[in-house]
Amino acid sequence: MNSSTAEPAVRARNVYKAFGKRPEEIVRRIKGGADREDVTDLGTAAVIDASFDVSPGEVFVVMGLSGSGKSTLIRMVNGLLPATAGSIEVGGEDIARLSAKELRRVRREKVSMVFQHFALLPHRTVGQNAAYALEVQGLNRSDRERKADEALRMVGLTGWGGSMPDELSGGMRQRVGLARALAAGTEVMLMDEAFSALDPLIRREMQDQLVELQEQLGKTILFITHDLNEAMRLGDRIAMMRDGRTVQIGTSEQILNDPANDYVAQFVQDVDRTRVLTAGAIMEPPVAVLGTEQGPRTAHKLMREHQTNVLAVVDRGKKLHGFVHEDAVAAAVAQGANTLDGLLQPAPSVHAETPLAELMTQAAQSEAGLAVIDDAGRLEGIIARVTLLNALAEPKYTGHDASEAVGTR
Amino acid sequence: MITTAQETEGAGVPRLNVGEWIETGFGWVNDNLGALFDLIRTVVSTLTGGLDDLLNTPDALLLAVAFSLLGWLVKDWKLGLLSIVMLVFVISIDQWENAMTTLALVAVAAAIALVIAIPLGIWAARSDRVSGAIRPVMDLMQTMPAFVWLVPVVTLFSIGVTSGVVATIIFALPPGVRFTELGIRGVDAEVVEAGHAFGSTPGQILLRIQLPLALKTIMAGVNQVIMLALSMAVIAGLVGAGGLGGEVMRAIGSLDIGLAFEAGLAVVVLAIYLDRVTSAIGHGGMAVGRMSKLLRRGRPRRSPEPAPAKTT
Repeated sequence: MNSSTAEPAVRARNVYKAFGKRPEEIVRRIKGGADREDVTDLGTAAVIDASFDVSPGEVFVVMGLSGSGKSTLIRMVNGLLPATAGSIEVGGEDIARLSAKELRRVRREKVSMVFQHFALLPHRTVGQNAAYALEVQGLNRSDRERKADEALRMVGLTGWGGSMPDELSGGMRQRVGLARALAAGTEVMLMDEAFSALDPLIRREMQDQLVELQEQLGKTILFITHDLNEAMRLGDRIAMMRDGRTVQIGTSEQILNDPANDYVAQFVQDVDRTRVLTAGAIMEPPVAVLGTEQGPRTAHKLMREHQTNVLAVVDRGKKLHGFVHEDAVAAAVAQGANTLDGLLQPAPSVHAETPLAELMTQAAQSEAGLAVIDDAGRLEGIIARVTLLNALAEPKYTGHDASEAVGTR
Repeated sequence: MITTAQETEGAGVPRLNVGEWIETGFGWVNDNLGALFDLIRTVVSTLTGGLDDLLNTPDALLLAVAFSLLGWLVKDWKLGLLSIVMLVFVISIDQWENAMTTLALVAVAAAIALVIAIPLGIWAARSDRVSGAIRPVMDLMQTMPAFVWLVPVVTLFSIGVTSGVVATIIFALPPGVRFTELGIRGVDAEVVEAGHAFGSTPGQILLRIQLPLALKTIMAGVNQVIMLALSMAVIAGLVGAGGLGGEVMRAIGSLDIGLAFEAGLAVVVLAIYLDRVTSAIGHGGMAVGRMSKLLRRGRPRRSPEPAPAKTT
């Protein structure tokens, strides 16, 4: 999803944000090498040297604990907070250079936002809330209602347009917040801890719904969260923030397997790796495969060469036919058999996108490991049991930076 | 005019002639802005006199019934019943005409006070600097003993109803400003932020988000303004504003206990009535919401199929 050729929907370059009486001075000192703690007498350096691109259609998650600057960062994207230094472009327009009027236009046409505590207007109906952005855009009433109803339908709130927000549960209210942002029809959506105020079951449900909607709509989403599991579920890429700095930007697998420093490594300790990692991420290319037309002797030779006791059998189209085991092959060789007839065992197989959690049972039953196949049944890789165990072990920060590590000290 | 070597009770502390300076200031204002004050006097006395005449034109009982109906309309039948009993009591002690004169004064003073106070409160809510500048002025207006305002006001507007109205405005204005500022500042910051995030203009944010959500608090301020105006309106009797205040002053002059209490009770009736009605309107945000909700229920706008479409 992160095609590097397309113009980024959001581009941030060396963005700083400081609060205090003399924010420029704070930024100047930090650029000169000062620490965040060194400037506390002047104010707070909330965001330090943030640079990232978000491609169109990407879900980019900014993840960090409270005080890490993630909410400040997202507010600079739509200009709710002006950046102290650096540039943020949305759809090619530099937010910092816009006049108040142009900024309002960008907010109406390009960026909408979903808020942590929903931020609905309590004196208006659900329908009027969903239509708020359209009202501000100056749409006529009937178009407004039509689009708002459509947005409410997308979030599963058909028929609730006439209710007041206080008649709805938390999860439903946030759906109204989501509908309001969807109705605005902008390319970029900012979601500020959008699901953090919901209880876990509802949160999970909203995450699923967002993933579903994203498949249909392909918006560019900047999602802020302090919940790493949420970040890994939703994000195509994740930016880890700590004390105002982006510590690492990468896919969830990169962050899990190649943490840029100890901080990230500690963070990912608690992640349920079996739900984040997929079969495709840990599979290995088969050491050797056996053609369907080959015989037990070849099989025996390959096994000896590669020190393995099982082989995957594929045809010329790489389609998987099954596994052959060492003892069966040895018996067939002893009997002088020339074909693999009767030796093939069905191979337990999974798809590349299957999370590890879902292949544990299969792996437990199959000593030979699992075959990873695509939709057409072609062999893509093998997961031996030992591979699986390795993947589940916690990685240690080894000092090498495989993914894009920023601002680590 | 400036400090002369007068005695003060502390040795060596010079006597500051603050009073003289203020007097000089008012003298200058009076000499140079006389035309403005004449205009204010004309406008205020015309308004108050006109409203007074209007309130005293219809039959007292008829008007009392109308007021009671209003009470019933904004709240419930109990307020209507209480109103009619109280208002007929005022008629029966022969204070209706004075009560209406006082009501006219209160209405004009409170209306002008609110016209000044609410925009000022909005301004103060939007700017910390304005808020900081206004606050000490408001404190001065509120804590200065009410009688003191009568003196400069009379020098500017002379004895009469205008002086009463102006003194009342000064005294009753501060809560209007304070409650408006408080109400707007108290609006959930995230909701205001949402307004900005969807590209609302400052005017849209004020009219569609801040004022509606601050309405309850602002109405509490309106209630306070009216109650303070009523309490000051009686004191304004001192400068010839007439009405119930005039009666009280007359009773003090002749030590007429009966008259004093009759006028006093009429003030109490007005106070209760105005308080109940304005606070009922203040909660009207809710009452109106409830009403419109009932209306919506009447119209079947929800689609027939069971919603929501997605559940766990």
